[in-house]
Amino acid sequence: MCGIVGLFLKNPALEPQLGRRMTEMLRVMSDRGPDSTGFALYGSPVAERVKMTLRGHRDTDFSALASALSQRLDIAVSVTCHDDHAVLSVPSLAVEEARSALAALSSEVKVVATGSTMELYKGVGLPEDVTDRFGLTAMGGTHAIGHTRMATESAVTIAGAHPFSTGADQCLVHNGSLSNHNAIRRILKADGQVFETENDTEVAAGYLSWRLAQGARLDEALTAALSDLDGFYTFVVGTKSGFGVLRDPIACKPAVMAETDDYVAFGSEYRALVDLPGIEDARIFEPEPQKVYFWERQA
Amino acid sequence: MPHSETVDLASVPLRELHEQLHGLPADTHRTSWQILNPRGRHAVAVGLDAPIRVRVRGHVGYYAAGMNQKAIVTIEGNAGPGVAENMMSGEVRVLGNASMAAGATGRGGLLVVRGDAGARCGISMKGIDIVVRGSVGHMSAFMGQTGNLVVCGDAGEALGDSLYEARLFVRGAVKSLGADCERKEMNEADRATLAALLLRAELSEFDVRDFALYGSARSLYHFHVDNVSSY
Repeated sequence: MCGIVGLFLKNPALEPQLGRRMTEMLRVMSDRGPDSTGFALYGSPVAERVKMTLRGHRDTDFSALASALSQRLDIAVSVTCHDDHAVLSVPSLAVEEARSALAALSSEVKVVATGSTMELYKGVGLPEDVTDRFGLTAMGGTHAIGHTRMATESAVTIAGAHPFSTGADQCLVHNGSLSNHNAIRRILKADGQVFETENDTEVAAGYLSWRLAQGARLDEALTAALSDLDGFYTFVVGTKSGFGVLRDPIACKPAVMAETDDYVAFGSEYRALVDLPGIEDARIFEPEPQKVYFWERQA
Repeated sequence: MPHSETVDLASVPLRELHEQLHGLPADTHRTSWQILNPRGRHAVAVGLDAPIRVRVRGHVGYYAAGMNQKAIVTIEGNAGPGVAENMMSGEVRVLGNASMAAGATGRGGLLVVRGDAGARCGISMKGIDIVVRGSVGHMSAFMGQTGNLVVCGDAGEALGDSLYEARLFVRGAVKSLGADCERKEMNEADRATLAALLLRAELSEFDVRDFALYGSARSLYHFHVDNVSSY
């Protein structure tokens, strides 16, 4: 099973509502995925700053960690805490130094995502509980993707929760299961790609990042995935500028899209979309198998 | 025109609606129903077994009007996967589009989709008649055993794969035929069957002469020792 949702706003007036809309969509998808919930939001970039999303424990003192990081590298670091996650804003040029410094400063904190606009949150539990813990309803942004997981390929752990991010501002959610992920993981590992879990979706995310790092555009990377990844999948991929959708040639896993002048929305089921404004007059369609769909913001 | 009874799913639980509909006797006078605010819910108006008319005013989720007997169900919107699956008799009309596996395993009755139907429309059909005004997706009528699938638009890849005796009438292009599916000559009886189905589906604007008929080449029916390596 699993439920996936995505919302790409065309009308900037809706941006403050992004988190609230995503919360509604994820909660409706509870019965498709009660094991864990995750989402990635994209907001406005701040010049020469990068966001690092950290995951720790509920009692992690992220403010102290940010101060320690700031002193150690002599850089300005700001921090926003959301339960066991925190988003640090650091100078773009100091990202790699910050990553190493964080590893040295704390063994309990992981950097789960970096990017100029992306923040990524995930937790074990029902969508209602997880979205509440992170305060998703109050978050804004330009676009977001989310996932409710019913575990099949690997255990119910935070490590198995989606979205998976393997590159700056890139993340992926997946409904389905890949059958050749071990083989692809070996090939990518040999080429230097790093994997944190045994999960099949992380391989898909890593595969796309690997293609993008080689210079492919997202649509080219997705097209290549059609021949290299075997199994069942509906993917929704988030990038700094937009999101893409791809279904495997058999199209076992469901997908419904709605488009209006104000937004493009994705849901595993139409139910997830019913509370969106103007849904009654939206153009509603199912993405076709093997066809790459992509929506991007104008730069 | 009988008085129409209204059930609003915004306030009435789906289970309560079904308790009412399933409790109707075969000779009920409460024959006209409308269902409001389906909001993509699953299994709306399933398992009906009385000669009633039900109008669902909005989009529905999975398995709408499944296992229908005798009732005439009209969905004023889109339907999710498996609409009218395993229908036994009666009619189901979808005024919008239908997702995958529309009319799957149906044994009788008529399913009409005014828009397009997705992948695997009529998969394993066993006597149902399905008329789609638009196009159907890939693997439609897979392993269809009997009944008729009429497609006024185009058909996707692998139409009629591993087909038994279902009959497939397609007006537009067929992207590809599945294993053991072949084009057939259409005779007078076939044309009469098609014309009657178009009439029942209220799609008489289409000319039967524009359709092509596809059926089974019957080469996969039985075990054949020469094919043993492919089994």
